[in-house]
Amino acid sequence: MRGSEAMAEAAIRAGCRLYFGYPITPQSELAEYMARELPKRGGVFLQVESEISAINMVLGAAVTGARAMTSSSGPGISLKQEGISYMAGCELPGVIVNVCRGGPGLGNIAPSEADYFQAVKGGGHGDYHNIVLAPSSVQEAAELCYEAFDLAERYRNPVMILCSAVIAQMMEPVEFMPPREQEKEEKPWALTGAKGREPRIIKSLRLEPEELEEHNRELQRKYETIKAREVRFESRHLEDARLVVVAFGTSARIAASAVEEAREQGYKVGLFRPITLFPFPKKALRDLAERVNKFLVFELSAGQMVEDVELSVAGRVEVDFYGRMGGYVPSPEECLEEIIKRCKERT
Amino acid sequence: MKLVFDRPKSMKDANMHYCPGCSHGVINRIVAEAIDVLDLRERTVCVAPVGCAVFLYDYMNFDVTEAPHGRPPAVATGIKRARPDLFVFTYQGDGDIAAIGLAEILSAANRGENFSVIYVNNTVYGMTGGQMAPTTLLGQRTTTTPYGRDAREGHPMRMAEWIASMEGPSYSVRVAVNNPANIVKTKKAVLEAFKMQLEGRGLSFVEILATCPISWGLTPVESLNRVEKELIPYYPLGVFKSVDTSKKG
Repeated sequence: MRGSEAMAEAAIRAGCRLYFGYPITPQSELAEYMARELPKRGGVFLQVESEISAINMVLGAAVTGARAMTSSSGPGISLKQEGISYMAGCELPGVIVNVCRGGPGLGNIAPSEADYFQAVKGGGHGDYHNIVLAPSSVQEAAELCYEAFDLAERYRNPVMILCSAVIAQMMEPVEFMPPREQEKEEKPWALTGAKGREPRIIKSLRLEPEELEEHNRELQRKYETIKAREVRFESRHLEDARLVVVAFGTSARIAASAVEEAREQGYKVGLFRPITLFPFPKKALRDLAERVNKFLVFELSAGQMVEDVELSVAGRVEVDFYGRMGGYVPSPEECLEEIIKRCKERT
Repeated sequence: MKLVFDRPKSMKDANMHYCPGCSHGVINRIVAEAIDVLDLRERTVCVAPVGCAVFLYDYMNFDVTEAPHGRPPAVATGIKRARPDLFVFTYQGDGDIAAIGLAEILSAANRGENFSVIYVNNTVYGMTGGQMAPTTLLGQRTTTTPYGRDAREGHPMRMAEWIASMEGPSYSVRVAVNNPANIVKTKKAVLEAFKMQLEGRGLSFVEILATCPISWGLTPVESLNRVEKELIPYYPLGVFKSVDTSKKG
């Protein structure tokens, strides 16, 4: 199954019954899948006038406590930032799939991971974070999309799935999770009509600085909880690794092949793959920095996650970077060459 | 003693922040009364605008959500599509609807989304300090048209007529709240619009000509006169579309 369709199916199984979107390559298959499936399964698919409207419809559906999603690629995700900031400010759940393509501007439709900053560092205005999940296989894309709805609801916060066109377009076998029962219980914050209770207000507007600061403090406390509980990463061959390659998503797939080959050739190389980009596995990397010689951050960008790796490592060891841009996907051999070059530098 | 006048159940006991002579207070009350008449309070979700009326969540005794500027029709679409059983209306100003949110309102109208729109047209951006709105009349001075609005800055937009030209909406009307007779007509129009939604007939749109004395630089009474003498001649009152043909004006 194609990655984008696997995410759509996983979303429906997670109880998502509303999808709002606007076509953009390379993720239109997700919307097309929703257009076929949702009406048959008691849901609503709506192709709308803009990405701005799509995210605001997700916001509206979330206001009632419903599970809703949208998906897009870079240029469309840029338009959604307004709504995402409001959702974060209003503490509303929602899932946004971001199939990253080459940029800036119209760029191209080739696989890229250069929207890390946009996804992880806010993108929209104000002090907020998305929870950002980075799958590196179709199976994982489905699993993370399924879980994204729970995370979004648990923390009343937007969750973004960041992947490149490789994951969205690639076909791999998928084992799906069981369909989730539709929740009957009303969310204690949702707007459902003030029957037998006081009216509820959903807002981000707080004109008094003290009040808005307190709201921000609450948001920050929530992000701290997320950092404490939700960090996920995968690692390989760290036991005796001297050089550790850090990569997420598609670049981690390429790096995994290169690391295995380097091992075959006798180099003590490991792989560290963040699955959550926010919360970033900061502590695990800092601990690792105590016992390895060097990190090589490998990205499909000019170097974005590398800044978070540097912050995590805090100068304990050298952090080197190798990346390709503009939708160019390097081969495992190219990555291997970079790994070996750095291993030889050490010895 | 017999109680002859009271606060609608759909309003909270709160002091309004609106300026003297501003129409929002009257319009807030008309909406609340209409919701009481139709007994909708317990299933209402209102989408508040960006602008002076954002604070209506402090005045209304039902569920209210905020929306980004111009996006209430998209937010209302999300609410209504998720929960068709709820009664949903947006409350929007002229900048919200006719400038930054033009795509949202026209598309929602075109889809015939089944919610109601209360559109307050006071020909100016009130909250930000009196700048030009898409509805500012030609020659009207605002803080960003200090020499009077020129046609090169755009012609004042007639939204009720535009909405009426589309297939999706059920009802489009323009009313005013500048005198008691027009206030009564406005309440009737709001009730009619809400009934359209209850009957599932698609987007219903009520444009209300309103005052903004502070931004207009006029007294409250002069402002009411301006509605009569300047606004109504350019923005004619009446029903421009109704799927219920007997109501067509």
